[in-house]
Amino acid sequence: MNETVIAADLRKTFIGPDGKPFAAIDEVSLAVRAGELTALVGPDGAGKTTLMRMMAGLLKPDAGTLRVLGTDVAAAPQAVQNRISYMPQRFGLYEDLSVQENLDLYADLHGVPLELRRERFSRMLEMTDMARFTARPAGKLSGGMKQKLGLACTLVRSPDLLILDEPSVGVDPLSRRDLWKIVQQLVDEEKLSVIVSTAYMDEAERCGKVFVFHHGRLLAEGSPETLRGRARGLTFTARPPEGTPARDLQARLIDRPDLVIDAVPSGGDVRFIRRATGDDPRLAELLHDAPATPRPEELEDAFMMLLREHGKERGHAEPANGNDSAPQVAINGDKGEPVIVVRDLVRKFGDFTAVASTSFEVARGEIFGLLGPNGAGKTTTFRMLCGLLPATSGHLEVAGLDLRRARAEARGRIGYVSQKFSLYGNLSVRENLEFFAGAYGLRGAALKARVAASLNQFDLDPASRSGLLPAGYKQRLAMATGLIHEPDILFLDEPTSGIDPLARRTFWRTITSLAAHGVTIIVTTHFMEEAEYCDRIAIQDAGKLLALGTPHQVRQQAAGSGARDMNSAFIAIVEQGREPHGATP
Amino acid sequence: MNASGFTTRLVALTRKETRQMLRDRSNLIVGLLLPVVLILLFGYGLSLDVKHARIAVVQEDSSPTARQTVAGLQGSTYLSPVWISTMDEAERMIRAGETDAILRVPADFSRQLAAGNGRVQLLLNGVDSTTASAIDGYVAGALAVPAQQAADRAGNKPAGTASVAIVQRTWFNEPGESTWYFVPGLIVLVMTLIGAFLTSMLVAREWERGTLESLFVTPVRPLELVLSKLAPYIIVGAIDLAMCLLAAKFLFKVPMLGSLWVIIVASMLYLMVSLALGLYISAATKNQFAASQVALLASFMPAMMLSGFVFDLRNVPVVIQVISHLLPATHFMSLIKTLFMAGDIWPGIWKSCGVLLLYTVVLVAATRRKLRKSLE
Repeated sequence: MNETVIAADLRKTFIGPDGKPFAAIDEVSLAVRAGELTALVGPDGAGKTTLMRMMAGLLKPDAGTLRVLGTDVAAAPQAVQNRISYMPQRFGLYEDLSVQENLDLYADLHGVPLELRRERFSRMLEMTDMARFTARPAGKLSGGMKQKLGLACTLVRSPDLLILDEPSVGVDPLSRRDLWKIVQQLVDEEKLSVIVSTAYMDEAERCGKVFVFHHGRLLAEGSPETLRGRARGLTFTARPPEGTPARDLQARLIDRPDLVIDAVPSGGDVRFIRRATGDDPRLAELLHDAPATPRPEELEDAFMMLLREHGKERGHAEPANGNDSAPQVAINGDKGEPVIVVRDLVRKFGDFTAVASTSFEVARGEIFGLLGPNGAGKTTTFRMLCGLLPATSGHLEVAGLDLRRARAEARGRIGYVSQKFSLYGNLSVRENLEFFAGAYGLRGAALKARVAASLNQFDLDPASRSGLLPAGYKQRLAMATGLIHEPDILFLDEPTSGIDPLARRTFWRTITSLAAHGVTIIVTTHFMEEAEYCDRIAIQDAGKLLALGTPHQVRQQAAGSGARDMNSAFIAIVEQGREPHGATP
Repeated sequence: MNASGFTTRLVALTRKETRQMLRDRSNLIVGLLLPVVLILLFGYGLSLDVKHARIAVVQEDSSPTARQTVAGLQGSTYLSPVWISTMDEAERMIRAGETDAILRVPADFSRQLAAGNGRVQLLLNGVDSTTASAIDGYVAGALAVPAQQAADRAGNKPAGTASVAIVQRTWFNEPGESTWYFVPGLIVLVMTLIGAFLTSMLVAREWERGTLESLFVTPVRPLELVLSKLAPYIIVGAIDLAMCLLAAKFLFKVPMLGSLWVIIVASMLYLMVSLALGLYISAATKNQFAASQVALLASFMPAMMLSGFVFDLRNVPVVIQVISHLLPATHFMSLIKTLFMAGDIWPGIWKSCGVLLLYTVVLVAATRRKLRKSLE
């Protein structure tokens, strides 16, 4: 058999939160080859999970046919389930059972014979590097370890087809690398057929074939090389003039969608895709002080092009973020003076030190990124800065106020956008804005004026129900409420997780223009490439500050290990930080 | 799939459920400690019996005859009489809730009695009607004895008054102890509790934590999931049943006229119904919070209010009667009370056990249907 999965005119419709049906999978036909890695890529909501659940026999297609390993999966789901292994996005580990008990349970359920089991278990434990933790309850493992255990449980027996649904989502770069090592090893050694869904292009790049999905439609398919070919000749790197941040140049480029398809800051330069080949005087004019050199095209480039094309086709492309739409938040005061001062900050929970003696300063108008693997102490640091959690010891000053004494007052000067959508879903956009404005003490005409300005600034429809907004618009609304009282400092906790790359570009455009107007931004993110938008970043691990400086300086610090991009720099720094103490779980 | 696959998977799943149950301390508190609390609460703390009812006696006639008449009040464990000098004071006491009743012996009592017309006045606090009517009965009883004795001594039956003496005896619960009445019902309540508070969490928790999606793609069958979730809780239920029966026998000395094995079989049958109902609610709601609310409203509360545990079902409106007869708890309640206090009455046993068995089968089948391996 050469194909593991064959789909023809597959369709699956759900009822959306607004009560209207929408097609999660829309007329999809594809064939997946056996014995190799196949990637399903696409932003959140592209239909990847729905397609995988149909392959696993957990959902029935509304139309079309789907054959998995030669069997019609809708007619005989159990026959397919007996031969495949499927790891859902949230793998069902029993947190109160130990690592070994979880493995045993899945081995029993799959009927793995005892003699085979011993060999398989030791192989899995060795690959996942978990042999030391077999007695530990699964609930006490870190996020990355849980994911590895999930993979091990999925692989207690050797399946004919392995389906992995976003195995690396919410997993830090180190664990992500380990997971992929395991999968790659299985493909190489056992000729395993693997279908994996991912939002990371560097992961798709490792696969033999890539299917690109968006809004339930299959946009393109092919090997990474053929897909990359779509961007050939259009990809360049521009170097900003000495002394200006790359993000200023990036903003200038991305504000011209007629000339530039996409632009992102990277390694101090700006990588961009131009709209057409050949000489264009307008592009030359746009780039006047930034020399551009061609660079090899990457899968990411092709992906962004496909998304932009498709977005336009569907008629709801993100509005071009011209200079006029930049939020008009004017803050008085000089740029450069520190607005956040952290000295010897410590936070302990019992005898566990979540944050160990951390010091840094953030200047007004700066974009400051806080990076680190899961459990590094980012969230704890963040909460202390926002005044949500008292520090155990140390000095903490926000907007010139000592957080130990004037916490309430300091809170009035900061805005906070949390990781989860924490607005009232059944209130309208206007009601949410009015509520938060009121909560920050605005009243009467001042409140009305601020709400009207916010609606205008973020291009929001005041009457729509907040809970029914698309993810990108929810993000805008969250930003609008965080900024309603015109704070000096804006805290953003993982603001871009779960929104698609196009919305992420728009979001960062808003952030950079806020900073240009003097708002100080503190942001945590697990997208390493987003660190490039920051003026300075700090890398934390196990409560300690491992690196602090501009993205360039941080890359320099990791230069010895040959790190080129932020992702590998991050991995190198965290590993260096861990070495003297031996690996920690 | 062959039978050995079924056994392997069932054993693996049951082991998993048992471990999860034992590792969650709140399970053991609800499963084993709460029943003990209920046994003690209902056994000792709750009683419909009126004992040591406070009664204020206003003796306006202090003649020996009058004293003799009310002397009977003192010998009873049901009444605690207090002699009060004036009616005003007694009225103040009943208003202040310091006494439950006033017995007034008027000044001309002896004279009237001699004339064959003896009357005393009994004022009752009717706020608590059950207590009031109980006191009425006790006082009438207490006064009747000396009156009868006096009449006997005098040897003269009042002419023309044919007296009918009622010889009263209560069957099945001879001393009229409400503990005897409550404790069998307690078994119903405890068995209901395990289903309503423990098994109702099981499936919903797996939905919430996403563990079901992973289980579904293994060769596991829905029925295996249902059975493995019932098994550990049957053990918990059996322990609770043993505690209830031991408490009934040794702590409260409730008679058990029916055979022990019939009581055990019937109780385990009801336990199955209760566990399966909890599981069904859990599988249908897919959410732990909703499941616990629904279980409380659909299972525990009705078992307490509508099963005949406290309130006699014949006195409730027809609609409520119909609803209460849809509840498995009602069938088991009447069965267990009969078994304890009247003995093995076979036609009733067959009928009730048949109903419980039917409920078990239907609920297990329905839960199995809800656990069809699909996310739709």
